[in-house]
Amino acid sequence: MVTEAQVWATLEEIPDPEIPVVSLVDLGVIRSVHVSDGAVRLELTPTFLGCPALETMVRAIEERVPEATVAIVNDDSWSTDKISAAGREKLRKAGLAPPAPRLAQGHSSLVQLQSQVHRCPYCGSTDTRLENLFGPTPCRSLRYCASCRQPFEQFKTI
Amino acid sequence: MNELLLGLADDELVIGWRDSEWTGIAPMLEEDVAFSSIAQNEIGHARAVYELLAADADALAFDRSPTEYRCAPLVQLHLLEWARTIARRWLYEVADEIRIAALMAEVPVAAKINREETYHRMHAEMWHERLRDEPRFRSAVTELWPYALGVVLPEQRGELAARVGIDEVDAVERGTLDPSFRALHEEMTMVRRSAPAGARW
Repeated sequence: MVTEAQVWATLEEIPDPEIPVVSLVDLGVIRSVHVSDGAVRLELTPTFLGCPALETMVRAIEERVPEATVAIVNDDSWSTDKISAAGREKLRKAGLAPPAPRLAQGHSSLVQLQSQVHRCPYCGSTDTRLENLFGPTPCRSLRYCASCRQPFEQFKTI
Repeated sequence: MNELLLGLADDELVIGWRDSEWTGIAPMLEEDVAFSSIAQNEIGHARAVYELLAADADALAFDRSPTEYRCAPLVQLHLLEWARTIARRWLYEVADEIRIAALMAEVPVAAKINREETYHRMHAEMWHERLRDEPRFRSAVTELWPYALGVVLPEQRGELAARVGIDEVDAVERGTLDPSFRALHEEMTMVRRSAPAGARW
């Protein structure tokens, strides 16, 4: 019979459909896993409500954990602070700047305009500027590093 | 409460649809990306709220007749003109922030929507800063002001007027159908109407 630890281990192997360097566990979207009498109940929180990756995530979970019932929880429990330390490092290595912690933002409405909290994932410089608040997916902004002259994608802090 | 939520969902669906009309033809590439991304978010918000109200969100979104929609006339307007489009985005975001703030305590998904809207507000505010003294933008704001008031409840209109800096006037209320809405409704529901019975995505 499957255990909670086994389910978590399997979930750690399921990549995010749009950013496959991180797993669903790294991303912090698995809110809970309950196992009783062989039935697995799992709660999943979307990152952004309009993100089409959600359906793909559910299908991937159902394929890998056939006993699982997946409930989508659309409350306010996910923020980018839920991304694990390991997940942030994987994002950075893949050239996608991890989101700045919410607490480091100071004034929340200006977070993405303050370049000092946004470090270039390639050269580490903080001399970066916002090019576009919006990027190729709902969770990304576009920035430019003035030090290594490299445009890069920035995971939005939400 | 359900009436309020249906109004919110219909607003988000329809403004998402209208904003997406700039996909591919926005005056600059950054705005093409911005409008497409904002539209995707807004339609995602609409879906999350429809799911609270009905077991079949698509049926609620697309199987009603035009007169059954509860969206504010502001979002219905067909504005393929940049100054008015930006004026609407800005007015809508200011109004939307007031309306969502009032819902957050009771409706958990409203708090999640609010997190994402922060970026829409920053985008709208950047444009507002840039254009606020331009005559074309100012006249667009004046033209759309009665429509913007229709997005929020009567008791929220004083706050909206203070935030926008224009005196309150008579609002264009929900339930008013803009003449352009029927054509939009045709377009929005086309895929669903033409799908074979039992088709799934």
